Amino acid sequence: MSDFKMKDIAWAKINEDVLASLESPRKAFWIVLAVCFALVLCGAAAEVYQYNEGLGVALMNNPHYWQTYISNFVFWIGMSHSGTLLSAILLLTQADWRKPIYRFAEAMTFFSIATAAIFPVIHIGRVWDMYWVLPYPNQHAIWPNFRSPLLWDAFAITTYATSSALFLYIGMIPDLAICRDKAKGWRKKLYTAMSLGWMGRATEWIAFQKTYVLMACFLVPLAVSVHSIVASDFAMSMMPGWHVTSFPPYFVAGALYSGCAAIITLFVLLRYLFKFEAYMTPEIMDKTARLTFAIAMAWNFLNLSEYASIWYSHDMFEHEMLIDKFTGPYAGIVWTMLFCATIVPFAMAWKKVRVNMWAMFVISLLIQLGMWLERFQIVSPPLASNHEPWTQAVVWPGLVQMTITAASFGWFTMLFLIFCKVFPSVSMYEVKEMVYHRNKHGKKKLQDMEKIKDDMIKTEEGLS
Amino acid sequence: MSLSRMLDNWSRLNQRDYYKDEPIMWGMSIDLNKCTGCASCVTACYAENNIPAVGKEKCATGHTMHWLRIERYWDLPEGEADLAVEESEYPERGAHFAPMMCQQCNHAPCEPVCPVAATYHNPDGLNAQVYNRCIGSRYCGTNCPFKVRYFNFFDYSEDIPHPMEMLLNPDLTVRSKGVMEKCTFCVQRLRNAKGDQADKGIRGHVEDGEVQTACQQSCPTEAIVFGNLKDSESKVSKAWEDHNVELNRHEQFHEEGERGYRVFEELNVEPSVMYLDRVRDTNA
Repeated sequence: MSDFKMKDIAWAKINEDVLASLESPRKAFWIVLAVCFALVLCGAAAEVYQYNEGLGVALMNNPHYWQTYISNFVFWIGMSHSGTLLSAILLLTQADWRKPIYRFAEAMTFFSIATAAIFPVIHIGRVWDMYWVLPYPNQHAIWPNFRSPLLWDAFAITTYATSSALFLYIGMIPDLAICRDKAKGWRKKLYTAMSLGWMGRATEWIAFQKTYVLMACFLVPLAVSVHSIVASDFAMSMMPGWHVTSFPPYFVAGALYSGCAAIITLFVLLRYLFKFEAYMTPEIMDKTARLTFAIAMAWNFLNLSEYASIWYSHDMFEHEMLIDKFTGPYAGIVWTMLFCATIVPFAMAWKKVRVNMWAMFVISLLIQLGMWLERFQIVSPPLASNHEPWTQAVVWPGLVQMTITAASFGWFTMLFLIFCKVFPSVSMYEVKEMVYHRNKHGKKKLQDMEKIKDDMIKTEEGLS
Repeated sequence: MSLSRMLDNWSRLNQRDYYKDEPIMWGMSIDLNKCTGCASCVTACYAENNIPAVGKEKCATGHTMHWLRIERYWDLPEGEADLAVEESEYPERGAHFAPMMCQQCNHAPCEPVCPVAATYHNPDGLNAQVYNRCIGSRYCGTNCPFKVRYFNFFDYSEDIPHPMEMLLNPDLTVRSKGVMEKCTFCVQRLRNAKGDQADKGIRGHVEDGEVQTACQQSCPTEAIVFGNLKDSESKVSKAWEDHNVELNRHEQFHEEGERGYRVFEELNVEPSVMYLDRVRDTNA
């Protein structure tokens, strides 16, 4: 058990505070929501235009077959990973401080997958035939190509989206029951249906805990494999700059890194919008920042080792691509990325910065900018300096691509804020557990509880 | 759709010489010494294969669809090797041309990455592209080292003014928005030739010279030679033999007078197109 300290919040006050978040957020909530909705509308307009005219209006062209749609896809899939890290890995390692913030991290996981899943649809040439990547019995009598990393993507993402949604939902059931008991009107109906008749019996809790831990055990390797598969999209190809063996761990580290930054951003945002000051304390931010710093260092190591392995590889094409990246037309992007993702995190070495909400907000946004540019510089510069010198040309993403990119941020934030308005974004029962564990009186009670639990299991076994 | 069929096909497809008993493997030889860069092959290719002419603006944004393109490079004389082309005293002197089209790789990097198997290797050694199956993920294009795959970024067929659609070749489709396309070695002509032979009762053999690709037919200097590489009497296999170029080699070893090479051989993609190096006097 960690030595982490938190002011004791009265039992009933937890319910009140969290349920209040469903009722009255600050005015800024509606402003942010409106801005996000406007962005989504712009993006939808851009997509309709692109759908009617053809993908050419996005200014992709023949050597630049892939561009920001793929970088966005990788970015959003990546962001989803730290939600799993925070809730599943830290659950298994029994890190106590995750409890007030893991619910929104899980929601972030699900909604960033929901955002990422849109990008293949936008990217693909013939959306109406997209279901052909699924191996269903069909009149063509052919299978999809199981050797293609894109197909692995389709499997990995559907699995990950399903299981992270389930994980989020299962973890929410006891809280939904609390909401059900307090709510009125349409909310009452919604929570009644979703809480699956949760009564809070001891048997229910035992089954719940087992399921939750099992799901966590399943999600951790899944998350690692999902982003490794996304990395395979690049690593399995033979483009210079993509054909890098170390891409899977590099992508996983990058995913956790940008995701942790996103958690910090949303941490500050939620804390302000829903007045969660008593729950999302500077101490928790301190822990999150330390975790982010550690992951930042891992990412940096892998990034530098990727450069090193290209530099010492004696592969002419890769060499040229690397030099071109740092000195060519994409140099601005690469150096900005290195500044944001390599230099900026060092600010987190100071405790004063780590516990300052607004400083962390700015740092997390800079890191995310850096990580978005990182995905862009993985996708685009290799296509600009590919094997074939005659086709080498620089192409910048057009207005349509940038609008859709901005809209994806709007889409994600919109879904996320709506979730936080409808469902409890702080886990009530886990915070209660935490408060309970914290006082000594509680500790004795806890032992009693465990005794009762053991007895119940024995009785159950006896019955069967 | 059965599982056993899928696994069976795969285990065989992954073997190196899966199609080695097939009677035909189409191949090409391009003599860069003979190429003048006149681009009549490009024109012929456009006409034969219903390739859309995209116009000035789309050409400027890189949406050109030339399945066969003439690449222009400069060989500057020894003293000027470090200069930019414009700074050279006689830049025209060093210009040389390479017609570049789909190399019909035998280990094609585009094939394994297509999620729906729209591009595959057919028994005639062609890297076939099935337009109807393509969903436009464009992974094949990014993975092609030659960058000879062209994506329909717009619906070009809708822009054909009436009655110009009468000009289209009825032997093959007009591709729609959102699919990938590329050189097919004029597969419609190859199919016709095979069909004609079959009508005569001959299966699995096409006489050398019986079928020509559009680019070969229109080349005024006969720089392009096309035929069956498995037929040891064909012109193209003789050219390959003369220049000591073999499939399944990642590097060609030349004696004097042998100029054959394949582009990006070191990537182990095994192209079916052999180029003959241009001979030049570096001292002049």
